[in-house]
Amino acid sequence: MIALKSLMQPHRIVMMALFAALVVWCAVSLRWDWIPKYAPLALEGLWTTIWIMAVTTVLGFLLAVPLGLAQAIGPWYLSIPARTFCTIIRGTPLLLQIWLLYYGLGSLFPQFPWIRSSELWPYLRQAWPYAVLALTLSYAGYEGEVMRGAFSGVAKGQLEAAKSFGMRRSTMFRRIWLPQAIRNVLPTLGGETILQLKATPLVATITVIDIYAVSSRVRADTFIVYEPLLLLAIVYMVIAGIITLAFKRFEVQVPR
Amino acid sequence: MELILETLGLTESAQLLSLSAPGWGANLLRGLANSLKIAFGAFGFGLLIGLFGAYGKLYGGPVLRDLLAIYTTVIRAVPELVLILILYYVGTDLINKLSAAMGYGRVEISGIVAGIWVLGIVQGAYSIEVLRGAIQAVPPGQIEAARAFGMPPMMTMWRVTIPAMMSFATPGLANLWLIATKDTALLAIVGFSELTLETRQAASSTRAYFTFFLAAGGLYLMVTLCSGVVFGWIEKWARRGQPSLREGRG
Repeated sequence: MIALKSLMQPHRIVMMALFAALVVWCAVSLRWDWIPKYAPLALEGLWTTIWIMAVTTVLGFLLAVPLGLAQAIGPWYLSIPARTFCTIIRGTPLLLQIWLLYYGLGSLFPQFPWIRSSELWPYLRQAWPYAVLALTLSYAGYEGEVMRGAFSGVAKGQLEAAKSFGMRRSTMFRRIWLPQAIRNVLPTLGGETILQLKATPLVATITVIDIYAVSSRVRADTFIVYEPLLLLAIVYMVIAGIITLAFKRFEVQVPR
Repeated sequence: MELILETLGLTESAQLLSLSAPGWGANLLRGLANSLKIAFGAFGFGLLIGLFGAYGKLYGGPVLRDLLAIYTTVIRAVPELVLILILYYVGTDLINKLSAAMGYGRVEISGIVAGIWVLGIVQGAYSIEVLRGAIQAVPPGQIEAARAFGMPPMMTMWRVTIPAMMSFATPGLANLWLIATKDTALLAIVGFSELTLETRQAASSTRAYFTFFLAAGGLYLMVTLCSGVVFGWIEKWARRGQPSLREGRG
Protein backbone atom coordinates (compact mmCIF):
# COMPACT_ATOMS: atom_id res chain seq x y z
CA MET A 1 0.00 0.00 0.00
CA ILE A 2 2.83 2.36 0.90
CA ALA A 3 4.48 1.70 -2.43
CA LEU A 4 1.26 2.58 -4.25
CA LYS A 5 0.90 5.80 -2.31
CA SER A 6 4.44 6.89 -3.15
CA LEU A 7 3.71 6.21 -6.81
CA MET A 8 0.63 8.43 -6.74
CA GLN A 9 2.47 11.73 -6.42
CA PRO A 10 1.53 14.14 -9.21
CA HIS A 11 4.97 14.35 -10.84
CA ARG A 12 5.29 10.58 -10.85
CA ILE A 13 1.90 10.22 -12.53
CA VAL A 14 3.05 12.63 -15.23
CA MET A 15 6.32 10.71 -15.64
CA MET A 16 4.49 7.41 -15.88
CA ALA A 17 2.17 8.87 -18.50
CA LEU A 18 5.17 10.09 -20.48
CA PHE A 19 6.80 6.69 -20.13
CA ALA A 20 3.61 4.96 -21.31
CA ALA A 21 3.50 7.31 -24.28
CA LEU A 22 7.14 6.43 -25.04
CA VAL A 23 6.34 2.72 -24.88
CA VAL A 24 3.37 3.16 -27.21
CA TRP A 25 5.48 5.20 -29.59
CA CYS A 26 8.17 2.49 -29.58
CA ALA A 27 5.59 -0.22 -30.17
CA VAL A 28 3.96 1.64 -33.04
CA SER A 29 6.74 3.35 -34.92
CA LEU A 30 9.67 1.00 -34.47
CA ARG A 31 10.01 -2.24 -36.39
CA TRP A 32 9.09 -5.37 -34.48
CA ASP A 33 8.17 -7.63 -37.40
CA TRP A 34 11.36 -9.67 -36.92
CA ILE A 35 10.26 -10.98 -33.53
CA PRO A 36 8.14 -13.99 -34.61
CA LYS A 37 10.90 -15.27 -36.85
CA TYR A 38 13.59 -15.08 -34.18
CA ALA A 39 11.48 -15.95 -31.13
CA PRO A 40 12.45 -19.65 -30.91
CA LEU A 41 16.12 -18.77 -31.22
CA ALA A 42 15.75 -16.01 -28.65
CA LEU A 43 14.14 -18.39 -26.16
CA GLU A 44 17.01 -20.82 -26.62
CA GLY A 45 19.44 -17.97 -26.09
CA LEU A 46 17.62 -16.84 -23.00
CA TRP A 47 17.82 -20.35 -21.60
CA THR A 48 21.58 -20.46 -22.32
CA THR A 49 22.09 -17.15 -20.54
CA ILE A 50 20.14 -18.31 -17.51
CA TRP A 51 21.75 -21.71 -17.12
CA ILE A 52 25.25 -20.35 -17.65
CA MET A 53 24.59 -17.73 -15.00
CA ALA A 54 23.07 -20.21 -12.54
CA VAL A 55 25.69 -22.92 -13.01
CA THR A 56 28.67 -20.58 -12.79
CA THR A 57 27.25 -18.80 -9.76
CA VAL A 58 26.75 -22.04 -7.85
CA LEU A 59 30.09 -23.57 -8.87
CA GLY A 60 31.87 -20.27 -8.28
CA PHE A 61 30.39 -19.99 -4.81
CA LEU A 62 31.43 -23.54 -3.95
CA LEU A 63 34.96 -22.64 -5.01
CA ALA A 64 34.82 -19.32 -3.16
CA VAL A 65 34.22 -20.96 0.23
CA PRO A 66 37.60 -22.74 0.38
CA LEU A 67 39.26 -19.68 -1.18
CA GLY A 68 37.85 -17.41 1.52
CA LEU A 69 38.63 -19.91 4.25
CA ALA A 70 42.23 -20.29 3.07
CA GLN A 71 42.68 -16.54 3.13
CA ALA A 72 41.01 -16.08 6.49
CA ILE A 73 42.65 -18.82 8.58
CA GLY A 74 44.76 -20.95 6.25
CA PRO A 75 48.50 -21.48 6.72
CA TRP A 76 50.72 -19.41 4.44
CA TYR A 77 51.13 -22.14 1.81
CA LEU A 78 47.35 -22.02 1.27
CA SER A 79 46.61 -18.37 1.89
CA ILE A 80 49.26 -16.98 -0.45
CA PRO A 81 48.09 -18.96 -3.52
CA ALA A 82 44.47 -18.14 -2.70
CA ARG A 83 45.25 -14.44 -2.39
CA THR A 84 47.30 -14.47 -5.60
CA PHE A 85 44.44 -16.17 -7.45
CA CYS A 86 41.94 -13.56 -6.25
CA THR A 87 44.27 -10.69 -7.14
CA ILE A 88 44.88 -12.01 -10.64
CA ILE A 89 41.19 -12.64 -11.33
CA ARG A 90 40.17 -9.26 -9.98
CA GLY A 91 43.02 -7.45 -11.68
CA THR A 92 42.46 -8.51 -15.27
CA PRO A 93 39.44 -8.05 -17.54
CA LEU A 94 37.06 -11.00 -17.79
CA LEU A 95 37.08 -10.75 -21.57
CA LEU A 96 40.83 -11.38 -21.56
CA GLN A 97 40.38 -14.37 -19.24
CA ILE A 98 37.70 -15.86 -21.47
CA TRP A 99 39.83 -15.42 -24.58
CA LEU A 100 42.91 -16.81 -22.84
CA LEU A 101 41.04 -19.98 -21.88
CA TYR A 102 39.17 -20.40 -25.15
CA TYR A 103 41.90 -19.57 -27.65
CA GLY A 104 44.82 -20.59 -25.44
CA LEU A 105 43.57 -23.93 -24.11
CA GLY A 106 41.61 -24.47 -27.29
CA SER A 107 44.80 -24.31 -29.34
CA LEU A 108 46.79 -26.31 -26.79
CA PHE A 109 44.51 -29.34 -26.38
CA PRO A 110 44.50 -30.60 -30.00
CA GLN A 111 48.30 -30.97 -29.79
CA PHE A 112 47.95 -33.91 -27.42
CA PRO A 113 46.64 -37.08 -29.11
CA TRP A 114 45.50 -38.61 -25.82
CA ILE A 115 43.17 -35.68 -25.20
CA ARG A 116 41.76 -35.95 -28.67
CA SER A 117 41.05 -39.64 -28.22
CA SER A 118 39.56 -39.18 -24.74
CA GLU A 119 35.85 -39.24 -23.96
CA LEU A 120 35.89 -35.57 -23.05
CA TRP A 121 37.03 -34.41 -26.47
CA PRO A 122 33.54 -33.89 -27.97
CA TYR A 123 32.89 -31.43 -25.14
CA LEU A 124 36.29 -29.77 -25.27
CA ARG A 125 35.73 -28.96 -28.92
CA GLN A 126 32.71 -26.85 -28.05
CA ALA A 127 32.84 -23.35 -26.65
CA TRP A 128 30.60 -23.57 -23.60
CA PRO A 129 32.96 -25.52 -21.30
CA TYR A 130 35.47 -22.68 -21.63
CA ALA A 131 32.76 -20.08 -20.99
CA VAL A 132 31.59 -21.93 -17.89
CA LEU A 133 35.16 -22.38 -16.65
CA ALA A 134 36.07 -18.71 -17.14
CA LEU A 135 32.89 -17.37 -15.53
CA THR A 136 33.18 -19.81 -12.62
CA LEU A 137 36.77 -18.81 -11.91
CA SER A 138 35.85 -15.14 -12.16
CA TYR A 139 32.94 -15.45 -9.74
CA ALA A 140 35.11 -17.48 -7.36
CA GLY A 141 37.82 -14.82 -7.47
CA TYR A 142 35.49 -11.97 -6.60
CA GLU A 143 33.48 -13.99 -4.10
CA GLY A 144 36.57 -15.48 -2.44
CA GLU A 145 37.54 -12.00 -1.35
CA VAL A 146 34.03 -11.38 -0.02
CA MET A 147 33.98 -14.71 1.83
CA ARG A 148 37.32 -13.92 3.45
CA GLY A 149 35.74 -10.87 5.05
CA ALA A 150 32.64 -12.84 5.96
CA PHE A 151 34.58 -15.61 7.66
CA SER A 152 36.67 -13.17 9.67
CA GLY A 153 33.51 -11.20 10.51
CA VAL A 154 31.86 -14.01 12.48
CA ALA A 155 32.11 -13.20 16.20
CA LYS A 156 34.96 -15.06 17.90
CA GLY A 157 32.81 -15.80 20.96
CA GLN A 158 30.50 -17.99 18.91
CA LEU A 159 33.34 -20.15 17.67
CA GLU A 160 34.84 -20.35 21.16
CA ALA A 161 31.48 -21.38 22.58
CA ALA A 162 31.21 -24.12 19.98
CA LYS A 163 34.72 -25.28 20.78
CA SER A 164 34.01 -25.32 24.51
CA PHE A 165 31.04 -27.61 23.91
CA GLY A 166 33.48 -30.02 22.36
CA MET A 167 32.17 -29.61 18.83
CA ARG A 168 34.37 -31.08 16.17
CA ARG A 169 35.91 -28.58 13.78
CA SER A 170 33.94 -29.84 10.78
CA THR A 171 30.65 -29.68 12.70
CA MET A 172 31.50 -26.22 13.97
CA PHE A 173 32.19 -25.07 10.43
CA ARG A 174 29.01 -26.60 9.07
CA ARG A 175 26.65 -25.52 11.86
CA ILE A 176 28.01 -22.18 13.03
CA TRP A 177 30.72 -20.63 10.96
CA LEU A 178 29.46 -21.13 7.39
CA PRO A 179 25.77 -20.28 8.04
CA GLN A 180 26.66 -17.04 9.80
CA ALA A 181 29.18 -16.07 7.15
CA ILE A 182 26.64 -16.69 4.39
CA ARG A 183 23.98 -14.73 6.26
CA ASN A 184 26.34 -11.78 6.52
CA VAL A 185 27.19 -11.75 2.83
CA LEU A 186 23.68 -12.29 1.45
CA PRO A 187 23.21 -8.65 0.38
CA THR A 188 26.65 -8.61 -1.29
CA LEU A 189 25.91 -11.97 -2.87
CA GLY A 190 22.81 -10.55 -4.56
CA GLY A 191 24.87 -7.74 -6.07
CA GLU A 192 27.58 -10.13 -7.22
CA THR A 193 25.01 -12.38 -8.85
CA ILE A 194 23.71 -9.45 -10.85
CA LEU A 195 27.30 -8.66 -11.86
CA GLN A 196 27.58 -12.28 -12.98
CA LEU A 197 24.43 -11.88 -15.07
CA LYS A 198 25.97 -8.81 -16.64
CA ALA A 199 29.14 -10.76 -17.41
CA THR A 200 27.34 -13.50 -19.36
CA PRO A 201 27.06 -11.67 -22.71
CA LEU A 202 30.85 -11.88 -22.98
CA VAL A 203 30.50 -15.58 -23.77
CA ALA A 204 28.94 -14.54 -27.08
CA THR A 205 32.45 -13.52 -28.19
CA ILE A 206 33.52 -17.16 -28.12
CA THR A 207 30.56 -18.35 -30.20
CA VAL A 208 28.23 -19.44 -27.39
CA ILE A 209 24.72 -18.55 -28.56
CA ASP A 210 23.20 -16.69 -25.61
CA ILE A 211 20.48 -14.05 -25.75
CA TYR A 212 23.05 -11.37 -26.57
CA ALA A 213 24.38 -13.37 -29.50
CA VAL A 214 20.82 -13.77 -30.80
CA SER A 215 20.31 -10.01 -30.74
CA SER A 216 23.60 -9.46 -32.58
CA ARG A 217 22.46 -11.94 -35.17
CA VAL A 218 19.15 -10.12 -35.64
CA ARG A 219 21.12 -6.92 -36.08
CA ALA A 220 23.43 -8.46 -38.62
CA ASP A 221 20.65 -10.20 -40.56
CA THR A 222 18.10 -7.40 -40.74
CA PHE A 223 20.15 -4.21 -40.23
CA ILE A 224 17.73 -3.17 -37.50
CA VAL A 225 19.93 -1.54 -34.87
CA TYR A 226 17.97 -0.21 -31.94
CA GLU A 227 15.02 -2.53 -31.55
CA PRO A 228 16.91 -5.74 -30.70
CA LEU A 229 19.22 -3.83 -28.37
CA LEU A 230 16.29 -2.19 -26.55
CA LEU A 231 14.55 -5.52 -26.14
CA LEU A 232 17.81 -7.06 -24.95
CA ALA A 233 18.28 -4.33 -22.34
CA ILE A 234 14.73 -4.91 -21.09
CA VAL A 235 15.30 -8.66 -20.87
CA TYR A 236 18.42 -8.14 -18.74
CA MET A 237 16.61 -5.62 -16.56
CA VAL A 238 13.80 -8.08 -15.93
CA ILE A 239 16.23 -10.86 -15.00
CA ALA A 240 18.15 -8.49 -12.71
CA GLY A 241 14.87 -7.46 -11.08
CA ILE A 242 13.91 -11.08 -10.49
CA ILE A 243 17.32 -11.79 -8.91
CA THR A 244 16.97 -8.75 -6.65
CA LEU A 245 13.49 -9.79 -5.53
CA ALA A 246 14.55 -13.38 -4.96
CA PHE A 247 17.46 -12.33 -2.77
CA LYS A 248 15.24 -9.89 -0.86
CA ARG A 249 12.76 -12.64 -0.09
CA PHE A 250 15.55 -14.97 0.87
CA GLU A 251 17.06 -12.34 3.17
CA VAL A 252 13.73 -11.82 4.94
CA GLN A 253 13.40 -15.54 5.59
CA VAL A 254 16.86 -15.95 7.05
CA PRO A 255 16.64 -15.50 10.82
CA ARG A 256 18.70 -12.61 12.20
CA MET B 1 69.71 -12.39 -19.90
CA GLU B 2 69.64 -14.44 -23.08
CA LEU B 3 71.00 -17.41 -21.19
CA ILE B 4 68.14 -17.22 -18.70
CA LEU B 5 65.58 -17.04 -21.50
CA GLU B 6 67.29 -19.96 -23.22
CA THR B 7 67.20 -22.19 -20.17
CA LEU B 8 63.55 -21.35 -19.52
CA GLY B 9 62.66 -22.03 -23.15
CA LEU B 10 61.21 -18.55 -23.54
CA THR B 11 63.39 -17.29 -26.39
CA GLU B 12 60.55 -17.52 -28.85
CA SER B 13 58.14 -15.67 -26.56
CA ALA B 14 60.69 -12.94 -25.97
CA GLN B 15 61.13 -12.52 -29.72
CA LEU B 16 57.38 -12.30 -30.23
CA LEU B 17 57.05 -9.71 -27.48
CA SER B 18 60.07 -7.62 -28.48
CA LEU B 19 59.42 -3.96 -29.16
CA SER B 20 61.13 -3.83 -32.56
CA ALA B 21 59.53 -4.78 -35.85
CA PRO B 22 59.03 -8.56 -35.97
CA GLY B 23 57.86 -8.53 -32.35
CA TRP B 24 54.44 -7.30 -31.26
CA GLY B 25 55.51 -5.58 -28.04
CA ALA B 26 55.04 -2.08 -29.47
CA ASN B 27 51.47 -2.91 -30.53
CA LEU B 28 50.63 -4.12 -27.05
CA LEU B 29 52.07 -0.99 -25.48
CA ARG B 30 50.16 1.21 -27.92
CA GLY B 31 47.00 -0.68 -26.97
CA LEU B 32 47.78 -0.18 -23.30
CA ALA B 33 48.25 3.56 -23.86
CA ASN B 34 44.87 3.74 -25.61
CA SER B 35 43.23 1.76 -22.82
CA LEU B 36 44.68 4.07 -20.19
CA LYS B 37 43.63 7.20 -22.08
CA ILE B 38 40.06 5.96 -22.26
CA ALA B 39 40.06 4.80 -18.66
CA PHE B 40 41.30 8.22 -17.50
CA GLY B 41 38.79 10.08 -19.64
CA ALA B 42 35.87 7.88 -18.70
CA PHE B 43 36.76 8.01 -15.02
CA GLY B 44 36.97 11.83 -15.12
CA PHE B 45 33.76 12.17 -17.14
CA GLY B 46 32.07 9.73 -14.76
CA LEU B 47 33.25 11.73 -11.74
CA LEU B 48 31.80 14.90 -13.23
CA ILE B 49 28.45 13.20 -13.80
CA GLY B 50 28.73 11.62 -10.37
CA LEU B 51 29.36 14.88 -8.55
CA PHE B 52 26.45 16.74 -10.12
CA GLY B 53 24.25 13.66 -10.01
CA ALA B 54 24.96 13.12 -6.32
CA TYR B 55 24.08 16.73 -5.59
CA GLY B 56 20.94 16.36 -7.69
CA LYS B 57 19.95 13.20 -5.85
CA LEU B 58 20.53 14.81 -2.45
CA TYR B 59 19.25 18.34 -2.93
CA GLY B 60 17.37 18.30 -6.26
CA GLY B 61 13.64 18.50 -6.81
CA PRO B 62 11.42 15.40 -6.95
CA VAL B 63 11.50 15.13 -10.75
CA LEU B 64 15.28 15.38 -10.99
CA ARG B 65 15.66 12.84 -8.19
CA ASP B 66 13.37 10.35 -9.90
CA LEU B 67 15.13 10.80 -13.24
CA LEU B 68 18.51 10.20 -11.61
CA ALA B 69 17.14 7.14 -9.82
CA ILE B 70 15.99 5.74 -13.16
CA TYR B 71 19.41 6.48 -14.71
CA THR B 72 21.38 4.73 -11.96
CA THR B 73 19.02 1.75 -11.78
CA VAL B 74 18.92 1.14 -15.52
CA ILE B 75 22.67 1.50 -16.00
CA ARG B 76 23.41 -0.85 -13.14
CA ALA B 77 20.97 -3.52 -14.31
CA VAL B 78 21.98 -3.73 -17.98
CA PRO B 79 25.26 -5.39 -19.01
CA GLU B 80 28.02 -2.95 -19.93
CA LEU B 81 28.42 -4.66 -23.27
CA VAL B 82 24.81 -3.91 -24.25
CA LEU B 83 25.07 -0.34 -22.95
CA ILE B 84 28.26 0.20 -24.91
CA LEU B 85 26.55 -0.88 -28.12
CA ILE B 86 23.43 1.22 -27.47
CA LEU B 87 25.34 4.33 -26.43
CA TYR B 88 27.79 3.90 -29.29
CA TYR B 89 25.05 3.79 -31.90
CA VAL B 90 22.98 6.51 -30.25
CA GLY B 91 26.02 8.76 -29.88
CA THR B 92 27.23 8.39 -33.45
CA ASP B 93 23.67 8.74 -34.78
CA LEU B 94 23.04 11.92 -32.79
CA ILE B 95 26.31 13.52 -33.84
CA ASN B 96 25.73 12.64 -37.48
CA LYS B 97 22.20 14.04 -37.40
CA LEU B 98 23.47 17.17 -35.68
CA SER B 99 26.23 17.71 -38.21
CA ALA B 100 23.85 17.02 -41.07
CA ALA B 101 21.44 19.58 -39.66
CA MET B 102 24.24 22.11 -39.43
CA GLY B 103 25.24 21.48 -43.01
CA TYR B 104 28.35 19.37 -42.54
CA GLY B 105 28.49 15.85 -43.90
CA ARG B 106 28.99 12.65 -41.95
CA VAL B 107 31.63 12.91 -39.27
CA GLU B 108 34.07 10.17 -38.40
CA ILE B 109 34.07 9.87 -34.63
CA SER B 110 37.39 8.99 -33.09
CA GLY B 111 37.40 5.77 -31.13
CA ILE B 112 38.84 7.43 -28.06
CA VAL B 113 36.06 10.02 -27.83
CA ALA B 114 33.40 7.38 -28.38
CA GLY B 115 34.97 5.16 -25.74
CA ILE B 116 35.16 7.96 -23.21
CA TRP B 117 31.54 8.94 -23.85
CA VAL B 118 30.25 5.40 -23.57
CA LEU B 119 32.22 4.29 -20.52
CA GLY B 120 31.83 7.70 -18.87
CA ILE B 121 28.05 7.40 -18.88
CA VAL B 122 28.32 3.93 -17.37
CA GLN B 123 30.85 5.09 -14.76
CA GLY B 124 28.68 8.10 -13.94
CA ALA B 125 25.89 5.92 -12.59
CA TYR B 126 28.23 4.15 -10.20
CA SER B 127 29.99 7.39 -9.18
CA ILE B 128 26.68 9.00 -8.26
CA GLU B 129 26.09 6.30 -5.68
CA VAL B 130 29.64 6.42 -4.31
CA LEU B 131 29.71 10.20 -4.04
CA ARG B 132 26.21 10.42 -2.63
CA GLY B 133 27.17 8.09 0.19
CA ALA B 134 30.35 10.07 0.81
CA ILE B 135 28.56 13.43 0.87
CA GLN B 136 26.02 12.03 3.31
CA ALA B 137 28.83 10.88 5.57
CA VAL B 138 30.18 14.43 5.96
CA PRO B 139 29.01 15.75 9.35
CA PRO B 140 26.15 18.18 8.51
CA GLY B 141 27.46 20.67 11.06
CA GLN B 142 30.46 21.41 8.82
CA ILE B 143 28.27 22.32 5.85
CA GLU B 144 25.92 24.33 8.05
CA ALA B 145 28.89 26.22 9.47
CA ALA B 146 30.04 27.11 5.95
CA ARG B 147 26.54 28.27 5.10
CA ALA B 148 26.40 30.32 8.31
CA PHE B 149 29.55 32.14 7.18
CA GLY B 150 27.72 33.10 4.02
CA MET B 151 29.70 30.89 1.62
CA PRO B 152 27.97 30.53 -1.75
CA PRO B 153 26.97 26.92 -2.61
CA MET B 154 29.78 26.34 -5.14
CA MET B 155 32.40 27.57 -2.68
CA THR B 156 30.93 25.37 0.05
CA MET B 157 31.18 22.41 -2.29
CA TRP B 158 34.74 23.20 -3.32
CA ARG B 159 36.17 24.14 0.08
CA VAL B 160 34.14 22.08 2.57
CA THR B 161 32.15 19.21 1.12
CA ILE B 162 34.68 17.84 -1.37
CA PRO B 163 37.72 17.86 0.97
CA ALA B 164 35.66 16.43 3.82
CA MET B 165 34.11 13.65 1.74
CA MET B 166 37.36 12.61 0.04
CA SER B 167 38.28 10.14 2.77
CA PHE B 168 34.88 8.44 2.52
CA ALA B 169 34.86 8.41 -1.25
CA THR B 170 38.39 7.16 -2.02
CA PRO B 171 37.81 3.41 -1.47
CA GLY B 172 34.73 3.46 -3.69
CA LEU B 173 36.45 5.60 -6.30
CA ALA B 174 39.46 3.28 -6.31
CA ASN B 175 37.10 0.43 -7.09
CA LEU B 176 35.49 2.47 -9.87
CA TRP B 177 38.86 3.24 -11.40
CA LEU B 178 39.69 -0.48 -11.48
CA ILE B 179 36.32 -1.16 -13.13
CA ALA B 180 37.09 1.58 -15.67
CA THR B 181 40.43 0.05 -16.62
CA LYS B 182 38.88 -3.39 -16.98
CA ASP B 183 35.83 -2.15 -18.85
CA THR B 184 38.03 -0.65 -21.57
CA ALA B 185 38.54 -4.25 -22.68
CA LEU B 186 34.87 -4.33 -23.71
CA LEU B 187 35.57 -1.70 -26.36
CA ALA B 188 37.40 -4.46 -28.23
CA ILE B 189 33.94 -5.65 -29.24
CA VAL B 190 33.07 -2.43 -31.05
CA GLY B 191 36.43 -2.71 -32.80
CA PHE B 192 38.44 -0.12 -30.92
CA SER B 193 42.10 -1.13 -30.85
CA GLU B 194 42.81 -1.07 -27.15
CA LEU B 195 45.01 -3.58 -25.35
CA THR B 196 42.70 -6.60 -25.52
CA LEU B 197 41.96 -6.27 -29.24
CA GLU B 198 45.63 -5.60 -30.10
CA THR B 199 46.49 -8.70 -28.10
CA ARG B 200 43.95 -10.79 -29.91
CA GLN B 201 45.19 -9.61 -33.30
CA ALA B 202 48.78 -10.34 -32.33
CA ALA B 203 47.80 -13.73 -30.94
CA SER B 204 45.74 -14.83 -33.91
CA SER B 205 48.35 -13.80 -36.45
CA THR B 206 51.20 -15.57 -34.66
CA ARG B 207 49.16 -18.43 -33.12
CA ALA B 208 50.99 -17.81 -29.82
CA TYR B 209 47.83 -17.37 -27.80
CA PHE B 210 49.22 -18.08 -24.36
CA THR B 211 52.22 -15.78 -24.76
CA PHE B 212 50.19 -12.76 -25.76
CA PHE B 213 47.17 -13.20 -23.51
CA LEU B 214 49.43 -13.82 -20.52
CA ALA B 215 51.52 -10.77 -21.42
CA ALA B 216 48.41 -8.61 -21.69
CA GLY B 217 47.15 -10.02 -18.41
CA GLY B 218 50.49 -9.05 -16.87
CA LEU B 219 50.11 -5.50 -18.20
CA TYR B 220 46.57 -5.17 -16.83
CA LEU B 221 47.71 -6.60 -13.51
CA MET B 222 50.56 -4.11 -13.39
CA VAL B 223 48.12 -1.24 -13.91
CA THR B 224 45.84 -2.63 -11.20
CA LEU B 225 48.62 -3.09 -8.66
CA CYS B 226 50.15 0.34 -9.34
CA SER B 227 46.72 1.95 -9.01
CA GLY B 228 46.30 0.17 -5.71
CA VAL B 229 49.50 1.77 -4.44
CA VAL B 230 48.57 5.21 -5.76
CA PHE B 231 45.08 5.06 -4.27
CA GLY B 232 46.67 3.97 -0.99
CA TRP B 233 48.63 7.26 -1.04
CA ILE B 234 45.56 9.27 -1.97
CA GLU B 235 43.57 7.71 0.82
CA LYS B 236 46.35 8.40 3.30
CA TRP B 237 46.42 12.01 2.09
CA ALA B 238 42.64 12.33 2.21
CA ARG B 239 42.52 10.93 5.73
CA ARG B 240 45.26 13.21 7.07
CA GLY B 241 44.35 14.60 10.48
CA GLN B 242 41.67 11.97 11.06
CA PRO B 243 42.11 9.20 13.62
CA SER B 244 43.26 6.00 11.94
CA LEU B 245 40.61 3.38 11.35
CA ARG B 246 42.28 0.78 13.54
CA GLU B 247 42.57 2.97 16.61
CA GLY B 248 39.44 5.01 15.93
CA ARG B 249 36.98 2.13 16.02
CA GLY B 250 37.96 1.24 19.62
